Amino acid sequence: MASNGTLNPAIPEGPLADKWTNYKNKSKLINPANKRKFNIIVVGSGLAGGSAAATLSELGFQVKCFCYQDSPRRAHSIAAQGGINAAKNYQNDGDSVWRLFYDTIKGGDFRSREANVHRLAEVSTNIIDQCVAQGVPFAREYGGLLANRSFGGAQVSRTFYAAGQTGQQLLIGCYQALEKEIHKGGVEMHSRTEMLDLVVVDDEAKGIVVRDLTTGEVSSHAADVVILATGGYGNVFYLSTNAMGCNVMAAFRAHKKGAYFANPCYTQIHPTCIPVSGDYQSKLTLMSESLRNDGRIWVPKSKETAEKIRKGELQGNDVPEEDRDYYLERKYPSFGNLAPRDISSRSAKEACDEGRGVASTGLGVFLDFRDAIDRLGEDTIRSRYGNLFQMYEKISGDNPYEQPMKIYPAVHYTMGGLWVDYNLMSNLKGLHVLGEANFSDHGANRLGASALMQGLADGYFVIPATLPNYLASVDPGKITTDAPEFKTAEAEANARIEKLMSINGTKPVDVFHREVGLLVWDECGMARSKEGLEAAIAKIPEIRKDFWENVRIPGKADGLNMELEKAGRVADFIDFAELMCHDALDREESCGGHFRVEHQFTADDEAVKSGFTGDGEAKRRDEEYCYVSAWESNGPGKKPTLHKEELVFESVELSVRSYK
Amino acid sequence: MQIDAIFLHIGVVLIKKSEMNALCKTLCDFWDSSIGKKLIVAVTGVMLVGFLIAHMAGNLLIFQGRESLNDYAYFLHHFLHGMGIWLFRVGLIVAFVLHIVATVSLTRQNRAARSEKYAHEATSRASLSSRYMIWSGLTVIAFVIFHLLHFTVRIDPDLASMKDPMDPSRHDAYGMVIAGFQNPVVVLFYIISISFLCSHLSHGIASIFQTLGFNSKKTRDPFHKLGLVISVVLWLGFLSIPFLALFDLIGDGEKDAPVPMEASVNTELLFRC
Amino acid sequence: MNLTLKVWRQEGPSESGHIKTHEAEGIPEEASFLEMLDIVNERIIIDGGEPILFDHDCREGICGSCSLTINGVPHSKDTGITTCQVHMRRYRDGDTIWIEPFRARAFPILKDLVVDRSAFDRIIASGGYISVRTGAAPDANATPVEFEDATDSFNSAACIGCGACVAACKNASAMLFVGAKANHLNLLPQGAPEKDQRTLAMVRTMDGEGFGNCTNQYECEAVCPKEISSDVIAKLNRDYAAASAREAVD
Repeated sequence: MASNGTLNPAIPEGPLADKWTNYKNKSKLINPANKRKFNIIVVGSGLAGGSAAATLSELGFQVKCFCYQDSPRRAHSIAAQGGINAAKNYQNDGDSVWRLFYDTIKGGDFRSREANVHRLAEVSTNIIDQCVAQGVPFAREYGGLLANRSFGGAQVSRTFYAAGQTGQQLLIGCYQALEKEIHKGGVEMHSRTEMLDLVVVDDEAKGIVVRDLTTGEVSSHAADVVILATGGYGNVFYLSTNAMGCNVMAAFRAHKKGAYFANPCYTQIHPTCIPVSGDYQSKLTLMSESLRNDGRIWVPKSKETAEKIRKGELQGNDVPEEDRDYYLERKYPSFGNLAPRDISSRSAKEACDEGRGVASTGLGVFLDFRDAIDRLGEDTIRSRYGNLFQMYEKISGDNPYEQPMKIYPAVHYTMGGLWVDYNLMSNLKGLHVLGEANFSDHGANRLGASALMQGLADGYFVIPATLPNYLASVDPGKITTDAPEFKTAEAEANARIEKLMSINGTKPVDVFHREVGLLVWDECGMARSKEGLEAAIAKIPEIRKDFWENVRIPGKADGLNMELEKAGRVADFIDFAELMCHDALDREESCGGHFRVEHQFTADDEAVKSGFTGDGEAKRRDEEYCYVSAWESNGPGKKPTLHKEELVFESVELSVRSYK
Repeated sequence: MQIDAIFLHIGVVLIKKSEMNALCKTLCDFWDSSIGKKLIVAVTGVMLVGFLIAHMAGNLLIFQGRESLNDYAYFLHHFLHGMGIWLFRVGLIVAFVLHIVATVSLTRQNRAARSEKYAHEATSRASLSSRYMIWSGLTVIAFVIFHLLHFTVRIDPDLASMKDPMDPSRHDAYGMVIAGFQNPVVVLFYIISISFLCSHLSHGIASIFQTLGFNSKKTRDPFHKLGLVISVVLWLGFLSIPFLALFDLIGDGEKDAPVPMEASVNTELLFRC
Repeated sequence: MNLTLKVWRQEGPSESGHIKTHEAEGIPEEASFLEMLDIVNERIIIDGGEPILFDHDCREGICGSCSLTINGVPHSKDTGITTCQVHMRRYRDGDTIWIEPFRARAFPILKDLVVDRSAFDRIIASGGYISVRTGAAPDANATPVEFEDATDSFNSAACIGCGACVAACKNASAMLFVGAKANHLNLLPQGAPEKDQRTLAMVRTMDGEGFGNCTNQYECEAVCPKEISSDVIAKLNRDYAAASAREAVD
């Protein structure tokens, strides 16, 4: 597939709007009697993996599903708050499949694949039907019909939601469908089981090696096809809004076995999280963006004032109006505090870099409700944000009705992932990748309420339709775990565990995770530069060396050992961080979640002079960089090889974002 | 073999094990299930509470004097040609036994379900009454046995032989009650037992509504209060008699000299146990 | 702040456990409860010991992984939160804190504070779903749901399956968990056709897993991080009685 450095995305022929229909019409089918002969491995049980496993089992395939959590219901999809988009147009406000498609493409800063995104918009409506039929309790109006809201600055109300627990409710729906299939015997569930390696036989993915986290036993599982739905890699930054267990291991193992990793530098930073309070901090908590509707973001104008606040000598409310810098309102008068996530996040970072941060660590800005409370009254604010204020108070110990909240951006979602074609198949045949683990739908930046949509689209509707195209060429059950490739992979996995256990150094795993996380946060976080990235690439091998010489893993490998689990994941994060920095270094432009300080609009640019955009805004370079970067592994410490998938936009025109 | 297993076997044998049909299976499943047993506890609980209320109301006739109480006792003994009381007794015994067998079985399961106890035990909301239901219940069984021997079987020949001074052909229930409560130790035992019973009821009555599925956001609180009110009323109603009898605040002084009559088998109070 | 921790340590499922004392010194009061344990663990590892194992994942109160009984109360005595949302400022310097696993025969201990809650999965598998094949669904707005029912159903669906209800119940009963799922699905028109079957199957599986019985003490409700009302248990009782009656007759 990879020839001359370019990749074939296998996009079907025909006009954009007909591609999916045409594809399905021509797609190969598997005889119902033959379906049960095919074994499918699904790794991950979140929205994408859970829905795929359940649906494929319903179709008659034999499925094995794996997750590291103690139950499939705990996958991190559960934490999504806001909602799920669908082009239902129930509000009659002019929404359509095309508009959802266009918003997603534009939101992704024109770095996603048109055909995939259009298909996503098309199946979005089926997702809502499916979920409602499963009993997902979406919010309803008094008349009993479904309610919608506008989300993330969208001009139409197309977001379906279940209070602040949309992800939870969708995942539980999917989990129940999965449990139903487990009960019927179509799915064999392996909880508390982690994938350690992908097994490739004759250039096709044919199985995995796993470790039973309870007993420590390493074993192999063969299948006719392997589906990875293992989520994103946000935890490479150590602190993120991801769950503690989220990791890149499965995807990275596949990458090492030949699968290309696409656009790893595209990471989304969410502006409204609770700031870090100390070194011991294990994770960051996201607060809904809706807070920005009424809260005003500011830092003191002077460093001296900020210093006093940091030391606790001065409270936010003591700062007089004239000493406050409402920087978003100043820089983006029309959008103000509602400026997009990446802009808002970057501006907070800039303010803190200038020494005007207000949290004790220096990394925090105020989100102030004083004026909103004066204007609307405390009761109104309480009814709108009561639960969020309560959550903030629980975590920070401050009362946001009396003092401004402190917020800071945090890593939240990763748009990059394993490269897949239109079939959601990787360049490695037989390996399919769904949900956040693949790269295809969100480009350089993801719109609010579309992560849930993509996970379920991939699992419920796309993979069941595309998988037969590959399976039709497969002789079912031909490969078993007796193949030498399994023995080798299993031996390698065991050797890696033994090596980790035998180091017996002095530093706990978290020390290394923090170190590499802080490094990529500084150099490959909200703003990236050539120097910084090169420094990071130079530094990572040192961390790797230190890790493999000095990590300390207590206990034994033949039982529950959470330090050992973490060690395996952190080892991969260290290698992955390197890949991410290489990608960020290669992409000499700013787009979406990737901001290169070298590539921003300056006062000399025509767009700035005309007032279309502002000084310091992200500058895309469509001529040179309108491609997907798919990286081939050459082993740790070695520069990966770049393969490009040129992005062809037939139906939309590339435009510059402006939020002036 | 567990009590409930024996019980189940008897049931199965009655319906002929070999012909155990779907209905029987459903009934067995019902009995075997936690909710099924609890429903039985609740339904028998309703019957027992109903009995207690009626029993107390009957007892309170004592305040109307000897004639009222003895008439009432006579009526109970003779309605439906004397069959009525037996119907009640059988129903009551079945309810009582079912209630005990089911709760003992549930308690055993509950103990087994928390095989290892917390080293540091804490309680957030459960009332004291609710936590000692099995003990208050077992105390009530002991009390019932004593009470039956006291006023129904009447192992004390003095009580057994009392005759109504106005109609010597019938037993003097009134005089027996007054005489039966002259011993402070007996009265103390009644006070303790009835207190346990009412503690049992204070949780039990509210529980009936929950188990039978009548509780909702709106009704839970009123039902809970109703349980407390019934318990307190029963406590006052039942204990007023021994208390007042002990301190000679009811009765007509004859109790000190009961009229000896020939002993006759009289069991009019049995049904009220 | 400095604290004394009395922690349940257990090598494995078949070993017997015991309470071990760990000193937690210099804990910042901004730390969360689990971060406090992280700090203690990091020191244990450096000192060559085995860290205290506990389940955790999202650390924002939604995944339902964390499962500690703190001073005898699952998820601590603070209401409406999970263990991962407990912060150390709730404790005072010098406090002794008892940390135990969620205890129930149906939740066997795997190691230290980690328990196996797969019994919950099996309950759901036996009937906690609506059977609808992917792609077979009618339009989402084809079936309106009465607002009250939708709200009630949603409140029950908030369950995160953490098992605190079982851990708090004096009888280790799973009635709040099962009641919440039954109420979530039984209330919706979509869930009506399978209502009886679902109720009977889930209750029977629950019983078979070795959970205790509800004695209406509402400890479960007091500790539920999602504040699910014990009214769902009343409804489950009612639905079960009706389903049994219909099963007996039909």
